[in-house]
Amino acid sequence: MNNMGQVIHLKKEILVRIIKAFLSDDFERQARLIPYDMRPKGMEVPYRCCVYKERAIIKDRTIAGLGFPIEEDDETVSLSDYAKQAMERTQISDKNLTVLQTACKGCSTNRIYVTDLCQGCVARPCQSTCKFGAISIINGRSVIDDSKCKKCQMCINACPYNAIVKISVPCEDSCPVGAIKKDETGFASIDYDKCINCGRCTAACPFGAVHERSQIIDILKAIKSDKKVIAMVAPSIIGQFPGNIYQLKTAIINTGFDDVYEVAQGADVTANTEAKEFTERMEEGQNFMTTSCCAGYNQLIKKHLPEIKPFVSDTKTPLFYTAEIVRKEHPDAITVFVSPCVAKRAEGFDNPNVDFVMNYEELGALFVAKKIQILDLDEGKYTVEASKQARNFGYSGGVAESVKKSLKDEDSVKPCIINGLNKDSIKQLKKYAASGVCEGCNLVEVMCCEGGCIGGNATINNQKTAKKLIDNFTQNSEDISKI
Amino acid sequence: MAKVEVKVCLGTTCFVMGGSNLQELNEIIPQKYGDKVELNAANCLGLCSINWEYSKAPYVKVNEAVVSEATVEKVLEEIDKQLGN
Repeated sequence: MNNMGQVIHLKKEILVRIIKAFLSDDFERQARLIPYDMRPKGMEVPYRCCVYKERAIIKDRTIAGLGFPIEEDDETVSLSDYAKQAMERTQISDKNLTVLQTACKGCSTNRIYVTDLCQGCVARPCQSTCKFGAISIINGRSVIDDSKCKKCQMCINACPYNAIVKISVPCEDSCPVGAIKKDETGFASIDYDKCINCGRCTAACPFGAVHERSQIIDILKAIKSDKKVIAMVAPSIIGQFPGNIYQLKTAIINTGFDDVYEVAQGADVTANTEAKEFTERMEEGQNFMTTSCCAGYNQLIKKHLPEIKPFVSDTKTPLFYTAEIVRKEHPDAITVFVSPCVAKRAEGFDNPNVDFVMNYEELGALFVAKKIQILDLDEGKYTVEASKQARNFGYSGGVAESVKKSLKDEDSVKPCIINGLNKDSIKQLKKYAASGVCEGCNLVEVMCCEGGCIGGNATINNQKTAKKLIDNFTQNSEDISKI
Repeated sequence: MAKVEVKVCLGTTCFVMGGSNLQELNEIIPQKYGDKVELNAANCLGLCSINWEYSKAPYVKVNEAVVSEATVEKVLEEIDKQLGN
């Protein structure tokens, strides 16, 4: 959850309209009309130059909601054709994000710029501090040569008038691995070889240009089919909707699912297995071990940090164990993971036991479209109740705590928490990997998002309230069993 | 002076469309207004079934005034207006 209220509202509204179109008796026509329903003739234009551009952009956003890449749209294909293609497709893509490039026009390229506040002073600290000779004085004012500037920002710090600024590109700045870039044409695009699906760019762009490619149509098709469809809800779902998770189970079943499992059930397996592995590794003399349940971190390891692999726990994620249990109990069912983030889409794609992934915003949109009042519903029971520690997996520190509580000798665990992957924390992890030592600690919990999963890009509630609601709920849950 | 009554809709639509963030009012209102303002959470106020539907959710009622696309700031502004601040 972030502060981009209007953008998020718009994205959710489109999802609701897509779902309502699907549920209507003419999906293709209703899908085509979404931009016109949202921006009818004569309506005051809220954001762009005219109603036509507003509609064009809503069309692009709808393309992402139908699961297609916006970049490949040549503008000649209508939304009804996309809706038809969505109905016919049998495969989903492993590319989970798509960029609405027309929105990038509003954003200047990333550079250092001397503003009018430059006084043309005599000391010229900007010029003397620049190691690259990028600053010259033209007409008594400092000017930066972009071809020489390395964006080190030394001049910004040197200027006593605060006259030099860094012009930011929020998506680029937010990406911890340099996977999203505005190219020379000014459009942002994602390098999927580098992208770890952390979802930061989706939350960072003030134009809401980065979209998740939704699988909602594929999920609705599955619900409509004769097959059994089972939802697996991530631990961080507690506090994301009104009511408790028992009412939430009933609500999900009322949307057409056949059963709901808590992924916290798998988190209990993860915690116990990881605790066992931790003890073994410590006995073998390893200095530290890192957790392995965050999908964003796992992709970081694969794509950018292979050297840390020997220190990463081999234990599988809560989703892995839950999906394995569900597949065993319902071999013919279609499985849907309900997720706080885009990173888990990638994990779901790679796991044959997970058929689809739906994020919290999409589930919320489904409730809205189906007019489900969660607070009015009876409580449904989960076949297996997860432990308190497993249900706390969704916030930073929860995973390390669950490993600790799984052990008889709790004090043997000295945790250290990487609360969010960014350039600095990645550097720190690189240092641990190179030295094989993590000073004063032996269990490194790594969470890609600040705050843990409750900080995921597709969460609905703000972190502070979400954490409070989780704590309120889990104080009555049983403690995890010791290994 | 009569108390101002604030009702935050906790219906699913309002909650999903941004109402979750309004829970911050639970702390802000007593701090800022003491007992001059009474804050209540309400099950669906039924406002999402009027013309605007979900597109203007979340809704909050400040006495009889409806705040649509409600944010913490918008709600506080309406309270101030009603208190004559």
